[in-house]
Amino acid sequence: MSFGGPLTVITPTDTQIVITRQFDAPRHLVFACYTQPSLIRRWLNGAEGWIMTVCEFDARVGGKYRYEWKAPDGYVMGMGGVIREFEPVSRVVTAELFDEDWTDGETIGLLELTEIDQRTTLINTITYASKQARDGALATPMAEGMEFGFAKLDKVLVELMTE
Amino acid sequence: MTDPLSLDATFQALADPTRRAILARLAKGEASVMELAEPFAMSQPAISKHLKVLEHAGLISRSRDAQRRPCKLEAKPLAEATGWLIEYRKFWEAQFGQLDQLLDELKRLEAQAGSNN
Repeated sequence: MSFGGPLTVITPTDTQIVITRQFDAPRHLVFACYTQPSLIRRWLNGAEGWIMTVCEFDARVGGKYRYEWKAPDGYVMGMGGVIREFEPVSRVVTAELFDEDWTDGETIGLLELTEIDQRTTLINTITYASKQARDGALATPMAEGMEFGFAKLDKVLVELMTE
Repeated sequence: MTDPLSLDATFQALADPTRRAILARLAKGEASVMELAEPFAMSQPAISKHLKVLEHAGLISRSRDAQRRPCKLEAKPLAEATGWLIEYRKFWEAQFGQLDQLLDELKRLEAQAGSNN
């Protein structure tokens, strides 16, 4: 497992997760894919087998957004929030809330896009209300079947070695 | 071992292929420094350096009393780190894989639109 690969996920503080990824496309396209509902639903479709059933994004400061996904077993997960800052094509700040509020409050999402030579670097900084909320970020139904226990440790180590 | 500092230490420790190989070996059972050094073209002091990093991250422990001081895998921090972040990473890698495809399509559309003008 290369943690410095095309996608990196780090935890710089108690309450944050920072996702960094490069895309082989100019940033106005990446920005569009993050802010236009018809494009968002083409890629942000959740865990395997899930479908995105609601995708709204009112792309302006003070605008609301809402996403819902449906699991194969019929379970519906929803989240939404308000857009706090909106600067095409470089920056979006959102304050979001999951319907089942396991996050103890607002989660602030900061999306930053920079472009060099037609390539875009995306930095998504997610700040949770508490450390517990951050650590529970995967304890949602979307994480079903994602549980790793000690029993799977060997398998994980083999993965770590072969990647 | 759930504080984020230890999680960061865990990932730093895992960022090196030799250390990952050491962990994989220890997943099969305890081993001494000499036994761990065997498969690598490395001196024992070099291996000891890696062991210190792993020990600092809480990924292994070494018994203090026995003369050969065998190293033992501490599964908990690794399970926390791997369970949490690997799955998170996999999820986003899958989503971004789809975003890559969409971006390719949009780039083609833009190029077509450009050539029609």
